[in-house]
Amino acid sequence: MTLLTALVAGLLFGAGLLLSGMVNPAIVLGFLDVGGDWNPALVFTMAGAIAVLAPVSYLVRRGRITAAGPCAPAATPRRIDRALMIGAVIFGLGWGLSGICPGPGLMLLTTLGPAAFAFVAAMIVGMLGTNIVARVDGPDG
Amino acid sequence: MNLLHPLLGGVLIGAGAALLLWRNGQVAGISGITASVIRGEPGDTGWRLAFLAGLLAPAAIVGLDPSLPGDNLAVLVLSGLLVGIGTRIGSGCTSGHGVCGISSLSPRSIVATLIFMATAMLTVAVVRHGMQP
Repeated sequence: MTLLTALVAGLLFGAGLLLSGMVNPAIVLGFLDVGGDWNPALVFTMAGAIAVLAPVSYLVRRGRITAAGPCAPAATPRRIDRALMIGAVIFGLGWGLSGICPGPGLMLLTTLGPAAFAFVAAMIVGMLGTNIVARVDGPDG
Repeated sequence: MNLLHPLLGGVLIGAGAALLLWRNGQVAGISGITASVIRGEPGDTGWRLAFLAGLLAPAAIVGLDPSLPGDNLAVLVLSGLLVGIGTRIGSGCTSGHGVCGISSLSPRSIVATLIFMATAMLTVAVVRHGMQP
């Protein structure tokens, strides 16, 4: 059941990224271009996602509905440290250069195009390299 | 401007993340899931692969445009590297911090999201408008 649930969750998530336009780097760059011809559409995407997830997240953390999995959701907010902030700056630079973040990057692999493979291969190298060089905290998400 | 698709897309994203959290107790952070899979962390690889398969399926069915803006491989490689490094050091990306973390009111995720959004907006401003003032 865990596998089936994860598959369906992935399907919903992927369909959402597709429908919202998040997989289209031109739309993402238009959203990030606040100083130019700003396209605010993705504000609605974020609002829609949070509106659905926030109540569920609250109930799960309060134990009102049970989390079936082995690992309780990481509800313990750790401190805001330098690694979090430096990492966010580096990620923001990369995201701003291409308009591609990890989910859409992986989805673009389905085009079998060289551009998507270049991005994802570099992303994996970056992830592995960081794990080797630095002690990395477990993911918040 | 069509706002219905972005909004409905967001609702689907939230529903997927909610299902994963509610039934499996897992956070739908795609950079974290990807990093765990490529490191071959023992135990939980199964649900992660199932989630990623689901993630890619709609794109494979619909078919995406393979041409990316600029299509400059050097820029894409640099971007990918920074995304990979930044999401590991910063423990999350747009999905993990921006959607899941904010939805659980995590102060870390709120700070991270504000920082990566501001940095990405600044990057676009410099790349698009900085060169020709």
